[in-house]
Amino acid sequence: MEIKKPKIKGLPYNEFKDNEYIEELRRNGVGVIVGVLDELINWGRSNSVWPLTFATSCCGIEFMSIGAARYDFARFGFEVTRASPRQADVIMVAGTIVTKMAPVLLRLYEQMADPKYVVAVGNCAISGGPFTNSYHVVQGVDKILPVDVFIPGCPTRPEALLYGMMQLQRKIKLEHFFGEVNKKEPKSHQLPAIYPGEEPVFAEKYKQHPILANAAQNRPQADTKQAGTKAE
Amino acid sequence: MSTLKAQIQNICPQAAFSHEDTDTLHAEVSPKELAGLFKHLKTDKTFLFDYMEDLIGMDFGEKLGVIYRFYSTENKQRIVLICQAESREKPELPSATPWWGIANFYEREVYDFFGIIFIGHPDMRRLFLRNDWVGYPLRKDYDASPEINPVRLDAEPMDDIAPSYSEKDGKIEEEDNLRFQKDEYVVNIGPQHPATHGVLHFQVSLEGETVKKVDVHCGYIHRGIEKMCESLTYPQTIGYTDRLDYLSAHQNRHALCACIEEAMGLEIPRRAQYIRALMDELSRIQSHLLMYACYCMDLGALTPFFYAFRDREKILNIFEDSGAGRLIQNYYVIGGVSRDLHPDFVKKTAEFIKYLPTVLPEYHKVFTGNVIFQQRSKGIGILTREQAISNGVTGPAARASGWACDLRKHQPYSVYNEVEFNEITRTGGDCFDRYMVRMDEIHESIAIIDQLLTKLPEGDYCAKTKPVIKLPEGRYFKSVETARGEFGVFIESRGEKYPWRLKFHPPCLPLVSVVDLLTRGGKIADLISIGASLDYVVPDIDR
Amino acid sequence: MFDFSVVTSWIDQGLRSVMSPAAAITVECVLIGIVLLALYAIMALILILAERKVCAAFQCRLGPNRVGPWGCIQVVADMIKMLTKEIITIKHTDKFLYNLAPFIVIIASLLAFACIPWGNGLQALDFNVGIFFMIAASSMGIVGILLAGWSSNNKFSLIGAMRSGAQMISYELSIGLSLLTMVVLSGTMQISEIVEGQNELWFIFKGHIPALIAFVIYLIAGTAETNRGPFDLPEAESELTAGYHTEYSGMHFGFYYVAEFVNMFIVASIATTVFLGGWMPLHIPGLDGFNRIMDYIPSVIWFFGKSALMVFVIMWFKWTFPRLRIDQLLNLEWKYLLPLNLLNLLVMVAIVVLGWHF
Repeated sequence: MEIKKPKIKGLPYNEFKDNEYIEELRRNGVGVIVGVLDELINWGRSNSVWPLTFATSCCGIEFMSIGAARYDFARFGFEVTRASPRQADVIMVAGTIVTKMAPVLLRLYEQMADPKYVVAVGNCAISGGPFTNSYHVVQGVDKILPVDVFIPGCPTRPEALLYGMMQLQRKIKLEHFFGEVNKKEPKSHQLPAIYPGEEPVFAEKYKQHPILANAAQNRPQADTKQAGTKAE
Repeated sequence: MSTLKAQIQNICPQAAFSHEDTDTLHAEVSPKELAGLFKHLKTDKTFLFDYMEDLIGMDFGEKLGVIYRFYSTENKQRIVLICQAESREKPELPSATPWWGIANFYEREVYDFFGIIFIGHPDMRRLFLRNDWVGYPLRKDYDASPEINPVRLDAEPMDDIAPSYSEKDGKIEEEDNLRFQKDEYVVNIGPQHPATHGVLHFQVSLEGETVKKVDVHCGYIHRGIEKMCESLTYPQTIGYTDRLDYLSAHQNRHALCACIEEAMGLEIPRRAQYIRALMDELSRIQSHLLMYACYCMDLGALTPFFYAFRDREKILNIFEDSGAGRLIQNYYVIGGVSRDLHPDFVKKTAEFIKYLPTVLPEYHKVFTGNVIFQQRSKGIGILTREQAISNGVTGPAARASGWACDLRKHQPYSVYNEVEFNEITRTGGDCFDRYMVRMDEIHESIAIIDQLLTKLPEGDYCAKTKPVIKLPEGRYFKSVETARGEFGVFIESRGEKYPWRLKFHPPCLPLVSVVDLLTRGGKIADLISIGASLDYVVPDIDR
Repeated sequence: MFDFSVVTSWIDQGLRSVMSPAAAITVECVLIGIVLLALYAIMALILILAERKVCAAFQCRLGPNRVGPWGCIQVVADMIKMLTKEIITIKHTDKFLYNLAPFIVIIASLLAFACIPWGNGLQALDFNVGIFFMIAASSMGIVGILLAGWSSNNKFSLIGAMRSGAQMISYELSIGLSLLTMVVLSGTMQISEIVEGQNELWFIFKGHIPALIAFVIYLIAGTAETNRGPFDLPEAESELTAGYHTEYSGMHFGFYYVAEFVNMFIVASIATTVFLGGWMPLHIPGLDGFNRIMDYIPSVIWFFGKSALMVFVIMWFKWTFPRLRIDQLLNLEWKYLLPLNLLNLLVMVAIVVLGWHF
């Protein structure tokens, strides 16, 4: 069966890498009527990926560079960088994520509205990069969040960032709005909002998650009265 | 030198001295004498050590301790104090906070990494790591196994209580100080916030729009570079310097390379020296352009941001030709630079330094001359000269306050004594002056590049080094002037191929330590303006 | 000059001939409502695209160019995405007010939108206190913003809403007074009559100096009213992340986003109507030939042309100036604009009484 290929303006299908992966996503085909609607919605979503203004280190400067005049990601519709996670579609994890930042990052991700995507920008976000042996660095953001696209580089070149964003667009173009669950994360990964006086049930929620389960066991018995301070 | 020694001996009879033949005296004093000595060092006419260059926590092997570096801006002399705490289980040292403002943050850092408690420090919390972190990572016997400190995904317990320790009748007592009162309106700005330039966290207590107090939380990008360096060979460690203050990547690397070279006694080829100076100045320009861009953006003027980035790309192109990277170049190596300049380098750089002065007036037209900008920066966040020195603020921010502290002028390294340039200083100390110092420094950098280009000698670009570099035993310190201030490198070598302790002195930690001082009484919008004018880079603070 | 009332009265008569007058009016109301809503949405899309293209041009960029030819359907993609995005309900908020707030904002701007005279005979709402109604309706939006800030249970939102309240209430005065100056000149508050009154000469020329001052004040205050840069303090991205709508996602945020742009158009169209003659072509007394040629250009084009110019000027402000601080913002209004405005009003009254205008 011929698989409908996602088209990105400016770069032919064959010039993309990882096409097998894209074909894998479409293996089961799509419905006739629903498929058309899906395509419309995916067209809208893929052409309007608003990133969150979030960067921890070096890659953040390159993230600013693609926003600037020379690379200009506004051309693709990534223009409106939102500072509020509620209004952003993609979180570009640009830079090292350290242990202290991990809960904040998770909180940010959970504050975003579905559909939401995660792009791991740079070696630090992919695996810890040069800092992977450190006592305070998370070895890859995929340990915490479901990552859609990995963009290597230290720091990532703007061209690579644009290519990675186009890969994300292709991925979005193959999603199913109807039929499949529109929410991406399983319930068990959701961190409950911690508010004063509410004791979150950690162990139950994070049973399946490697790091989270660990965190639940090692959670100190400190009082949670200040833990509800908002991350923003 | 000998008078300094005699005076210190007068105050601390038990002090032991070393390095008497060099221009920096090293004195080892006991913790009991230290508290008294601080006062003399700061206030005595003969000392007047008003600038604390660095405070380095150390694990000496058996004992924990601290190395202080003081400099007197009046008498132009330097002293290094070494102090070891008595017990390893409960290390205690007197605090220097009453005399030097920056000691506050430095001592918190040492407490964080080594667990040394400073008696008399008003706010003895961890600076970088989580409050519930177990152990002190830079101690040599630290257990780094992930079972003890896993990646916790629950929010950090953030108490409003800051402990402090004081000595009463020979006993150490712990006191709890409330950071914020119960009814205060505390807003968390950061860690994810567009104006914190990275992941910095300000807890801001507000009264309406007026800022009452700012509590800075660092460590959201603390990557433990110093600890990692202790298990890496010297050529491996230089890779990390680029990633500290990525906008001064060349200059940071310069500091570490120069420190290692000095310790080895390695002579650098002239051409390499010139190349380094050229690259340093180019990266200074691109850093200042980025400051301009971010300042504009933080104040809500979005268009100038793009102009500055447009021109910054031209410098990145030049970097890219000769080195390999755009932002992080990995260009300098021990002994010189990793490869020769690109054949087009001279042509392109000459073109660029001709081009930039033609667009700078446009920058000033669109932003500097704007009434709104002037109102939002003039008289805002005034840092006096004394405050700047006491808080260890260096670089353009200190020069805007009238403290001439440009290391290129006052402690010339590389080939800076062979070029002519002016040290830009202003006296206002407000946001506008900090901004203008940087904009004017761009012109000076252009002048330096111009002179260097004409003088650029032929020859080797890298000296030959042994495959395994071992530094002779000793303590080495080297600092350079980066785009943000004095970046220092301290190496304690025990004669092995790994450093025993490698400490970076970040210029941005002092910058962020004055945020509270500058913003009190201002508006939230002033906090943003002040933050942008200080121009800190967060990974440099956290290391 | 083509009079659109020919078309509208023909539709009216056609409807009345097939149904009772009451039913005809009901049908007409529904029709007008649909047309206005459609126009509102289309205007928003055009304005958002225009803003992106204009800012790209200022910033030596290209702006959107991948979606459709020259990126012209970029905003449609944004709209589809926004419509299918999750609307997050937040714990510990005042749910009713939280959900109500975006609608208040959009209704307020729609009400003001309905009063705009699009062309000769093309006006949905026209009554004797038209201009008064228009500014009253458009200032209703502040309630939505205040509610949004208060009900979100977010400190940034609250600060944003308080800023917005202070700002809007202050600049409302300037808008009212500068428009009052022009009402003195025109002698009426009815929008159609204001436009008719500019048949001879646009008011900005007719009222010369005081009209010009009123125009400048109106532009400043109008920009402040729409919360756009340099007066974008309530959302001040670099200070308050997204200000009063920090916690809104999906289409709720979309409402604020759209309302901001349409409000900008409303401000521009009021400026056009009151100062630049609305849909009235450029007439110069004494030059009959010139006037007749100008009459050949349709009134709708006149109106949109002038409004587009004003919109461009407001965009120009945003992409040039840095943001003001809250105390400077209030100083500007209470210390400079307001006294100047009051003085200007007196001058205008004197000029009208003495007949010193053109």
